[in-house]
Amino acid sequence: METLRIEATDDSPQVLLDQEDNQFEISGKSLPEDVVDFYQPVMDWLKEYRKKPNAKTEFNLKMIYFNTASSKQIMDILMIFEEMVEEGHEVVIRWHSKKSDEDMQEAGQEYEEMLDIPFEHLTYD
Amino acid sequence: MGYTGDSKGFLNYIYDRYTNLQIKDITLLFEGQITHQVMKALTSLVEEQLDEVEDDRVLRRVYHVMVESLQNINRHAEAYEYRGHPYPGMGLVLVAKNKQRFQVTTGNIIERAHADEIAMFLGKLNTMDSDALDDLYKKQMREGIVSPKGGAGLGFIDIRRKTGNHLDYSFVNIDDETTFFIFTSTISR
Repeated sequence: METLRIEATDDSPQVLLDQEDNQFEISGKSLPEDVVDFYQPVMDWLKEYRKKPNAKTEFNLKMIYFNTASSKQIMDILMIFEEMVEEGHEVVIRWHSKKSDEDMQEAGQEYEEMLDIPFEHLTYD
Repeated sequence: MGYTGDSKGFLNYIYDRYTNLQIKDITLLFEGQITHQVMKALTSLVEEQLDEVEDDRVLRRVYHVMVESLQNINRHAEAYEYRGHPYPGMGLVLVAKNKQRFQVTTGNIIERAHADEIAMFLGKLNTMDSDALDDLYKKQMREGIVSPKGGAGLGFIDIRRKTGNHLDYSFVNIDDETTFFIFTSTISR
């Protein structure tokens, strides 16, 4: 599959979805004017990837900030991974939070509670 | 307090409320069209002002409440016309603080037809405890759909649960069709 790479802006995150190098990451701030428009290519890519995923997929989320409209989009993305797990594929969600940002850590815990996918919670300085 | 049509603009709608708050330290006061760019500029401005002088957690919450409140205006404010001039997406934002708390107040024109619905929803959120709010948030995130205006119906719920404080709201009717919606969130320091 062709790699999806979106550069970060002041209101939207960096996206890297690379099947060949087995790298999957969304990082940064997410409060774009039109969330559906921004996340549509990500959703499309993942729905395609789901058909023939790698043996193990580690999806890294390293968010600094996201608004509630984006939280819904992140949920929709994670639900695609949940379907992959149900279909017997190995998936891990790696949730990165700043050590001082309890809100981001709690958000990760909350997604884990809502979904049936293995999560790893990591903190950084 | 009706719309007087004088040069005070929207400010007169919140003036009484502001003087009653006993909060005199204004971080930001803005009235004008709340575009996405304006939202970003105002939130960055407040973020810069509070950086290093305010607790990280308080700063994050003030920032988040501002983003959600201003995006609400950006999505839902009705255009109105005064003396032949259109005012699309106009709104007002006041961020003020005292020793105990920050208050973020926004004001914008909405259709009167939606006022009851908003009041009932906010009233219901005020009666819910944190577990019930978390459950509602999760339910809305799993089942809710993003509206054509881009909202996910999560903003008010998240402000209520993240701040832990009651949401304050009122309406000042402008004419038969429109009303000025005033919304205040409180972030404890």
